[in-house]
This record gives sequence, C-alpha cells and structure tokens, in this order.
Amino acid sequence: MSSTNQLLLEAKNVTKYFGTITALENVNLKIHAGECLGVVGDNGAGKTTLMKVLSGLYKPSAGSLHFEGKEKVLESPRDSQNLGLEMVYQDLALAGNLPIGENIFLGREPTTNLGLLKFLDYKKIKELTEAHLGKLKINVKSADQKVEELSGGQRQAVAIARSTAFNAKVVIMDEPTAALAIKEVGKVLDLINSLKKTGVGVIVISHRMDDIFAVCDRVMALFQGTNFAESELSNTSRDEVIGWIMGKK
Amino acid sequence: MDSKDQEKDSLYLKLIPYFEKYGILLLLVIMIVVMHFLQPDVFLSWRNVTNVFKQISWQSMLALGVFMVIVTAGIDLSVGSIMMLSLMILAIVAKAGAPWYIVVITPLIAGFLCGLFNGLGITLLRMPHPFIMTLGTLYIFRGTGNLISGGTPISGFTDEVRYLGHGRIDLTWLGLEKSQYLPVSLVLIAIVYIIFWIFMNKTRTGKWIYAIGGNPNAARASGINVNKILVIVYSLCGFLSGIGALILAGRTDSGYPNAGLQSELDAIAACIIGGASFFGGRGTVLGVFAGVMIMGILRNGLNLMDVSSFWQQVLIGSIIVLAVYVDVLRRDFGTRK
Repeated sequence: MSSTNQLLLEAKNVTKYFGTITALENVNLKIHAGECLGVVGDNGAGKTTLMKVLSGLYKPSAGSLHFEGKEKVLESPRDSQNLGLEMVYQDLALAGNLPIGENIFLGREPTTNLGLLKFLDYKKIKELTEAHLGKLKINVKSADQKVEELSGGQRQAVAIARSTAFNAKVVIMDEPTAALAIKEVGKVLDLINSLKKTGVGVIVISHRMDDIFAVCDRVMALFQGTNFAESELSNTSRDEVIGWIMGKK
Repeated sequence: MDSKDQEKDSLYLKLIPYFEKYGILLLLVIMIVVMHFLQPDVFLSWRNVTNVFKQISWQSMLALGVFMVIVTAGIDLSVGSIMMLSLMILAIVAKAGAPWYIVVITPLIAGFLCGLFNGLGITLLRMPHPFIMTLGTLYIFRGTGNLISGGTPISGFTDEVRYLGHGRIDLTWLGLEKSQYLPVSLVLIAIVYIIFWIFMNKTRTGKWIYAIGGNPNAARASGINVNKILVIVYSLCGFLSGIGALILAGRTDSGYPNAGLQSELDAIAACIIGGASFFGGRGTVLGVFAGVMIMGILRNGLNLMDVSSFWQQVLIGSIIVLAVYVDVLRRDFGTRK
C-alpha cells in the first residue's frame, strides 16, 4: 500500500537537542496517503519529541521536513496546520470550559468581520460541527455540550474531529487510547480506520500492541532517540515489536 | 432509581445551567428585597439608588478589568495603583493648564500603558505568575504617582473633566423632579459593561481569552498567540483602571496619594463573588456586575443601618468564602468526574 500511494510527509535526519541532551538523532520517517504508521518506543525514546517537531511546536536542531515533496520549515503549529498536518495530543488539548463546537474550531473560528473586530459566527460553528460529527459518526447529545461534561472516549473523539475539521492530510495521534475505558477504545480505533479510508495519513504513537495491530499498516520503533527498526505490519509479530521497544532485535 | 427519581434528577440537571448563569442575580435580588424591608423608606429611594451607583462607579471599572485577567487564570494586583498613577497624571496635566479634551484622555492612555507594561513584563520576562509582576507594579506605579506629585493632593478640575464622575443627566423632561437625575457615571457603567459583554461573548478575541483560561496548552496548540492575547488583556485592564481614574477625578475633584488603596482586593472580591473562577476560563461579565452591586449594596445598606465598618469587613469576607463554597458545591453536581 505504502509504495503505491502518494508520499505526504517525510522527515529526513531530524535531530533535536535540549541543551546537552540529545532527544533525537538522525531520525527518518515517511507517511503516505491512506496509510497508518505506528510509532513505538519506550518512555524517553523520543516519540513525543518527534511528533512535536512534526507539528511545528519544536524546531529541529538539524534535519529537514518535506511535505508532498517540498521542504518546509515550520515556525509554529499554525504553519503545520496550514499544510494539512494535525496533531491530537495525549493531554487532548481541549478547553473543558468551552462547548464541543468551539473546541473543534478553536483558533480557526468562522467570523464576520467589522473593522478590526472579528465576531464569531455561532450559527455557522454549530452547523459545521454537526455536519462534521455526523460525517465521522460521532454521537454526542449536542454540539453545545461543554467538553468537561464528556467521557474520556467522547473527548478523544472530539479531539480527533478537531484535527480533521480542516481537510487534514496527515493526523498525528499521541497515545490516542491511553486514557480510555476499554469499551471506548474500539470506537476510537474505528474512527482511525475510517480516517484512513478517506485518504488521510495517520501516525499513531502507542504503547498498546492491540492498537498498533488493529489499525496500523507499518510500524517503526525508536530507541534512545534513533530509528531502531521498521517493518510492514504483515512481516512482523507482537513479540518482535515488543523486543524492539526494549532495544532487542 | 425509579422513573420519578430520574425525572426529578433530569429537571434538576436542566436547571443547573440556569443556576450557573443567573444564580448570582438571584442573590442580588434577594439582597435588594431584604434591604428594602429593613429600610423601606430610604433604600429604594431615587437618591439612595443613584448613590449606590455613584459609589460603585470606579470600582466597577477595576473589577471588570481584573475579571478579564482572572478569566485567563491570571491576576492583576496593580489596578488600584494604576488608577492612582493615572489620576495623578491627570491632576498634573490639568494643573498645567491643558485643555479638557487632553486632560480626559491622559488617564486612559496612562492606564493603558501601565497595563501594557504589566502584560509585556509577564510575557517577555516570563514571570512564573502574573501575581509577581503585578505585585511589583503595585508598588512601582503608586511610588511613581507619589514621586510625580510630591505625595500631596492636587485639587480643582474643570466641569468638563469632572463630567463622567460628577455629571448629571436631567430628567425633568420626563416629568420627574429636579432631584431625580441620572448620574452620568451610571450611564457610563452601562455602556462600558455592554461593550465588554459583547467583546467577551461575541468576538473571537473574547473566546480566545476564555480558551486560554480553560486550557492554555490547548490554546497554544490551536495556533493562538497566547502571549499576544495576554498583553491585550492586561492592557485593557489598565485602560479600564484609567477610566476608573477619570471617574474618581470627577467624584472627588482631586488627585490624592491614597486613591484606590486596596481597591485591587475589592475588585478581586467582586469577581469571585460574581462567580469567576481563580483557575480561569469561568465567569461572566453579568456576574462581575452582580458582584460589584452586591458589595456596593452591602456597604450602602449597612451604612444606612449604622452598622460599623468593621462589621462590613467581616460580612464582605464571609460572603466571599460563602460564594466560593456555593461554587464548589455547584461544580460537584455540574461536572462529570
């Protein structure tokens, strides 16, 4: 699958230092349209740092990012969003005090402008939210419900809905099922599968082998900030991937 | 749980949002009714009602500014000092013989610049908490105000300068008596509160202010320039303190060293009583107004009943604690755990 579909995002020799600590060293990553890449690794292996580099939150100390074949320098998350690169954070990055719709459109709200003032178009936010949640088959009581009133799975669904509301091409998910009750995990995995079908490239960071083997097409392991191993999912096994996480081949 | 219980439960749950929105107004109405029964001849008289509004006029500006800051999960301890410094600058400019339209603008600009200073300090110097920056400027601004004025009162402004704080709108054309006028400061409060209600609820910047208070990381990840919004919020807070200075200049006809002393605490108290959360992201403009009114009515009512100001302190303190406890209870019912 990965060889036939369009290459969306490529990271080449990405290196990131924090002071004297080397978090990433010459890491490479590729993601194609409609593909799901699983990124595994122990705590501190550099998974989250890599994702933050891809989303524009950190600037790499060395190396480059290529989007649809062109090299891009990301100055902020806004830059990566403009390219169609979206991130679903582990801590969900939702504002609990705001309703679902306003969270989905946070930072990119439809507005009517009156001189310098930008007035929110609440009607449009609600319409777009309902249409988008419907498309992803996410069930909530109302788009006006505050996020803090939702369950963990619903929140994760809102976070994913948020990431795909603006024609995302690549969605990066950091531990998408870590905070969920078991019965809610399946729904989120279904959501990932339906995203793939729409041609979105999905990168899933996870500790859970069940998740990786349920949705991913390819898996890569980071170990101490470097590429350690990579394989099509069909050519590997759970035990082998778990070995990679521990640094054994 | 049988169906009847469920019905009761769901009705109760349906009422929560209304209680959350309007509960504080209910408290205000109860207070007004109680005061009316305690002081039937005086409390709701034209003279006393306008008096309450005149008394809360400048505090209501400080409270509104502090409210926006609290929504971002910050705090501004310097509003009283900003007001004093703006007032002193106004007094000096007025004494220097500047025309009135220059004089009335100076405190607004001074207040705005003080707020900008706070905002830039908090963001550029990366202060661990706004408490520290604004605690510093609480001293800096008041000290500066005393330095430029020599620490002595400067009195005597023209009627134009005093208009907002002292002006009266004659209502005799409505068939009312001469004593039944409308204080200009009341109209000003209404206009400013409506403008800021629209700002906080209808504009994108207002929504972002709430988002930053709800989850600053979410706001940042959404591409919102959090620091820029914070600078805007602290600047607006300073600007409102400047309006407060202009009102106070009108009311007292004087710039004096103790102006607004400890008023930052009154402003914070009004926000808290009005339902703003110290953790940010929660609170309404209407709530702040109710908070300011509750404090104003309490002081006024207790004065009318000749209760000592020491008791007023005890009561206001108790109301703060009670209001927040009610808030804690409400949240226990309202949110999912």
